[in-house]
Amino acid sequence: MTTREERAIYDPVGETPTSYVREPVGAHPPLDYQPYKSTALRHPKQPLVYLPQAITEITGPQLGGLVGENDNDLLAQHDGEPIGERITVSGRVFDTEGKPLRDTLVEIWQANAAGRYRHTWDRWPAELDPNFTGAGRCVTDAVGRYHFTTVKPGPYPWGNHYNAWRPAHIHFSLLGRAFAQRLVTQMYFPGDPLFEFDPIFNSVRDPRARERMISRFSIHDSIPNWALAYEFDIYLRGPGQTPFEEAN
Amino acid sequence: MGPFFAIGLPWDRGPLVVPEDTPGAIRITGSVYDGAGAPVPDSLIETWQADPAGRFADLHGYGESSEIPGFRGFARFGAEDGDGRFEIVTVKPGAVPGLAGTMQAPHIDVSVFARGMLHRCVTRIYFADEPEANGRDPVLARVPSERRATLLAEPAPDGGYMFDIHLQGPDETVFFEL
Repeated sequence: MTTREERAIYDPVGETPTSYVREPVGAHPPLDYQPYKSTALRHPKQPLVYLPQAITEITGPQLGGLVGENDNDLLAQHDGEPIGERITVSGRVFDTEGKPLRDTLVEIWQANAAGRYRHTWDRWPAELDPNFTGAGRCVTDAVGRYHFTTVKPGPYPWGNHYNAWRPAHIHFSLLGRAFAQRLVTQMYFPGDPLFEFDPIFNSVRDPRARERMISRFSIHDSIPNWALAYEFDIYLRGPGQTPFEEAN
Repeated sequence: MGPFFAIGLPWDRGPLVVPEDTPGAIRITGSVYDGAGAPVPDSLIETWQADPAGRFADLHGYGESSEIPGFRGFARFGAEDGDGRFEIVTVKPGAVPGLAGTMQAPHIDVSVFARGMLHRCVTRIYFADEPEANGRDPVLARVPSERRATLLAEPAPDGGYMFDIHLQGPDETVFFEL
């Protein structure tokens, strides 16, 4: 942790906002979304209460110490190499004003190349891969960049409706720098034919917001004879109005 | 976020806001329930709070740093094969400033995630044995009085607290727009 003096030198433009933009309506999926059946009993029906952002909401934990060596290389967590299409997934974490977020924890989890999760409850009869766990962690660098090496997850069926399949995706969890910036989302792959049938992808009603969940293929960053590269930038809430205004 | 978060998100010491042998450490336990009153086994909760002196273990370095060794301020509880119950080890937070010169009663911010929840729900744990501070709290003042009790953790026989979260139903917990 930096002292206030160090921060003042390192970060003259202020990386310590005193509030964050309120969530715009429609930016996140509705909690009550009929096409996704499990939302039915798991969404609040009472109106949400306005929470003014004060010290508890504009601060956030330091969890960089959680990250160990190889945590961002999902190919290197076992004795052998997992089966599947090797890929890199990297990008930058910004706030909505375009300011990069350094030192923030990025966590991912995913199915293996056959679409199977290493989880007690996953009964989809695709092979588990002894060389693949499917979890990764890293912390963004000084310009907000993160990087993972993994295999491309497979699509898999689920029980939501007849012939329901999830498009291939990687789950992302971001702490940001404040409780208010916490985000859990999913990254998809370009051109997936399952997009139009997936209620979870389509629960995000704004088409531009849906586009932001789709990674970009990059031939430039692909590594010859080794791995294809996907780029995925993530935007967390930026600074909002001053708390003084909000208090009124 | 699906039921499979347990592959990636929980970690061994995740439920520990403070090391377990910290003087004054308490347990806060509870369950997450759905609108039918059934436990939500594939739920994950995260908590964020100040220490008893009102200091945070913050990434920014806001305010003064906590003097409690190993105070993380943050807990995450989720199980691969859970039963809807959660348990964190923490210290009771102190009062912290609110906006416009107010003071907030001791509280813990909570994020709730689960399969079937497309976005997190945010709630707060307050403490039933702090009636005076709660009575002056500017956030509780925004909550309809008949619903305030859903935000109060009740003292438990072991010196800790119990706090259940109802996503829906007659006892629906108050959730916040942030």
